[in-house]
Amino acid sequence: MLPTPCTSHVSFDTIYEPSEDSYLFLDTLASPSESAWLTQRFNATSSSPNQSTASPLVVELGTGSGVVLGFVAANSQVIFGRRDILPLGIDVNRNACIATRETANKAIKERQTDNESEANCQKTVYLSSVMADLGSSLRPGSVDVLMFNPPYVPSEDLPRLPSVTEQDVDESGMSRSAKFERDSYFLSLTYAGGRDGMETTDRLLEEIPGLLAPGRGVAYVLFCAQNRPQEVKERIRAWGDGWQAATVGNSGQQAGWEKLVIVRIWKETA
Amino acid sequence: MKLITANFLTCAVKGCKASPASFPLHFRDAELELQELDFQPDFIRNIVPRIDWHALQIMANELGFPKILDKKPEGDELKDEQILKELHRLLLETHINEGKLTCGNCGHEYLIKEGIANFLLPSHLV
Ligand SMILES: C[S@@+](CC[C@H](N)C(=O)[O-])C[C@H]1O[C@@H](n2cnc3c(N)ncnc32)[C@H](O)[C@@H]1O
Ligand SMILES: [Zn+2]
Repeated sequence: MLPTPCTSHVSFDTIYEPSEDSYLFLDTLASPSESAWLTQRFNATSSSPNQSTASPLVVELGTGSGVVLGFVAANSQVIFGRRDILPLGIDVNRNACIATRETANKAIKERQTDNESEANCQKTVYLSSVMADLGSSLRPGSVDVLMFNPPYVPSEDLPRLPSVTEQDVDESGMSRSAKFERDSYFLSLTYAGGRDGMETTDRLLEEIPGLLAPGRGVAYVLFCAQNRPQEVKERIRAWGDGWQAATVGNSGQQAGWEKLVIVRIWKETA
Repeated sequence: MKLITANFLTCAVKGCKASPASFPLHFRDAELELQELDFQPDFIRNIVPRIDWHALQIMANELGFPKILDKKPEGDELKDEQILKELHRLLLETHINEGKLTCGNCGHEYLIKEGIANFLLPSHLV
């Protein structure tokens, strides 16, 4: 098993602590079947040169601690068969953005050492973390690999998005209760998904066709049983035009259903 | 934030996406830092096809870098160490730590702080 990136530098006051869902993401992408699929799709020595020698842009939405993106960046050789991927992390939480940058850089350094015996001594370069709502800041058609472990727990209300400036305030001057309130709010953003736990994920699904690179874009999205992933997959296939959805990872059982699943979404070109 | 990141970013305002003026975003008051990184020529060669060359010219110019090639390097130019090294420096070693990115279409400014660009929108623009 490939090592999990170190997150000892991360404060979990406002940031999602890596959990079962995070680990399912790691295990799914590094599984022999999924990494074979990705390696084939993004192989640098493929026969259609212009298409696939270009470095893939790998974007994670809602990076939290950065454990998933850090893992993918550090293990790019295993997962994509190449190290020249371009990892970019997005979260609405500034602390998560900063944490992810450090997690990714540390994980790359740790895993990709100057080892002469290694066939590939290239090193993956972490691009940046950006604060944004989902894919709103990304150029249309630019994303090759999109990953999202969303806030998926059904909740009465969906927490509002942070305002532009509220994360600029210095927390040292904050009262204990103000800090408690702030922390609870940012943690609610990590899990609360509104109706059926799907309000944020539904917005993301709508963005997918516009975000993914034509020809080779692929998205991975995590669902819990209450999100009714079977219906979601049907809905995606109903987009037509070759859109596909398949469960490629799952964990745990709940009343005969898989508790968590990861769905791969991509377009089959004729 | 590494300069290459701006190659993948555009204005978050929905109505701007279709306008050519929303890309590239324009750097203002940028505070730059050079962070050294191993030079990997193969890597740069695979990044070049992903770069919008016209946009990179504009950004390099706005940030006060020496003029870059008029056209995206191809063929033998991609074997030229000097060309690749300059691109390496510009795209991967150049970081924008503080400053703004502004949209040429709607004029909205996105702040960059501690190397993190903030693309959250005020509620009236969502
Ligand atoms: C379940 S956590 C996942 C964290 C991390 N990827 C992991 O797997 O451990 C969901 C993350 O999404 C972020 N998030 C919530 N709404 C978002 C939105 N609209 N745009 C971007 N990120 C969002 C939260 O701040 C949180 O970091
Ligand atoms: Zn704009």
